[in-house]
This record gives sequence, structure tokens and C-alpha cells, in this order.
Amino acid sequence: MAFRAAVITFPGSNCDRDMAQALEAVSGQPAVRVWHGDADLPDRLDLIALPGGFSYGDYLRSGAMAATSPIMRAVIAAAGRGVPVLGVCNGFQVLTEARLLPGALLRNAGQRFVCRTVGLTVENSASLFTAGYAAGETIRIPVAHHDGNYYADADTLDRLEGEGRVAFRYTEACNGSARDIAGVLSDNGRVLGMMPHPERAIEPSAVPALGGADGRKLFENILASLASA
Amino acid sequence: MQVRVLVRLKPGVLDPQGRAVHHALEGLGFAGVEDVRIGRLIELDVADDTDHDTIKAMCEKLLANTVIESFTIETGAAG
Repeated sequence: MAFRAAVITFPGSNCDRDMAQALEAVSGQPAVRVWHGDADLPDRLDLIALPGGFSYGDYLRSGAMAATSPIMRAVIAAAGRGVPVLGVCNGFQVLTEARLLPGALLRNAGQRFVCRTVGLTVENSASLFTAGYAAGETIRIPVAHHDGNYYADADTLDRLEGEGRVAFRYTEACNGSARDIAGVLSDNGRVLGMMPHPERAIEPSAVPALGGADGRKLFENILASLASA
Repeated sequence: MQVRVLVRLKPGVLDPQGRAVHHALEGLGFAGVEDVRIGRLIELDVADDTDHDTIKAMCEKLLANTVIESFTIETGAAG
């Protein structure tokens, strides 16, 4: 099946290769690499991925500068047409700064950079990103971030929960996130932002520190959603 | 024209940096510090005919994230 994904690279992105490699490993097709200064995205995309890293050195606020880059205007337009968008870690921060997702990512409550594999509860198993997981299932995915403390006001949090837009929740407190939220969906369910790194968990390993394979299914879900579309 | 934009975390938004600094001040023996909140001062040098609404738009679009931050704008001679 043809699968065409674009991975955006901002100055300071450092998980773009991992993201492209994960997409290729799962789909068998190379991801198109797109530079932040480009004004246009390739045609006929099945997925736009915003990778982790420290775009623009986290100047001003994490993701704030990247959200203003030329390619983000094209990403916002594509999201408006329903092209699926996945933002991981810094990519999630960029999506909130670009207002494609509600809320914001603050400095971790404990002030420390958190780098470990965490448990996530799959809260929404109906989205194109999560349909292959079972609702309530616990998966293990690595996190590595300093600004992952999800914040939104109480009304927004209630709305997100009521609309099933909390995709993943940490099984235990990780960074101070409101209601332990680890990943949120847009109102149409086609934009997902998450702090944990599924692209770092795509192959089984005898060494647990290497991330495991629970993230692979997220990419398989995206492919499966296309096949059934 | 000199413009000073003061960006602050909204009340109720946790400020871990402020809390750490508060703790450090207490560690240095300064008593009576009730709270510490850390904000950001942004100094702009803009054309004299720049209107307030334009500066406000700069704040809303980039300088502050109004989901978590409030801002105040001061214009005039630099202090």
C-alpha cells in the first residue's frame, strides 16, 4: 500500500531521523523529509510528523519559534483539510504553540529533565492513531523532556475528557501534567500530540532500556486507518 | 520608541522555577518570602508610529502564550 509521510525538521530537531526511520520500518516506504523554511508540503500526504528535539534552542518558549516557521502555515492548512498530524515531544509543544491543539506544555513540576520509559494508559482507542490498542491497555513508551507538564484550564480539561480527546495518560505522575495527561487529540481526532516517543519503541529488544515495541502499533494504526478508509 | 513587554505566568499556573528560587532564598536565610513568580521582560525598539494594537498583536501571536501567560505593555523612555 502506498504510504506517504512527511517528517518536518526544524533547526534543533533531533528525533527527525528516528521518526523517519520508524515510519519507514513500519510502512516499508521512505518518509519525505521537509525543512522548516519550506513554504509548501509535498502533495498527497497520509501523515505529517513533527519530531522531538529542541527547535530554536527552546528560545522564548518550547515550540514557540517553530510554530511561526513558514512550513507551519502549510501544516495548519493541511490539518484543516484533515491530513493526520502527529507531534511527538517538541512536536507536541509546536502543535500547542500553533494552536492546533489546546493547552500548553510547562516546565516539569519537579524542575528536572525526565528521561525514562513510562507506563501509559490508552484512554481513547478509537482514533486513527490508537485504534489498534485496547481501551485501558497499558503500554510502555520512553519519555525524554524538560517541558512536558501539560496545562490547560479546568474547563478545557473537562471538555477534552468529555470528548474523549485524552489519548494517553501516564500510569503514574511523570512531570506534573494536569490529570496525568500524556497525549491529546484535536476535536476531529486527526491531530495527536504526545510527549512520549513512540518512534523510540518500534522493535522488541532484550534490553528494556532500548524502548520495547509498544510504539510500533501507533504507526501500524495509522497505516491500518488508511487501508480501511 | 522603547517598549517593554512584561510576560507573566497567569495566577494558578504552577511556576516550578519560582518555587525552586523561593526555596533557594529560604536556604540563604532570607525569611518572610511569601512567594516567588518568574516572568520575562522583553524590550523592543520599534518605530515611533507603531500603534498599541500592533504591539498587542505581537504579544498575542508570539511574545506571550495567552493559554498560560498574561502580558503588560509599557511604552515610553527606557527606565
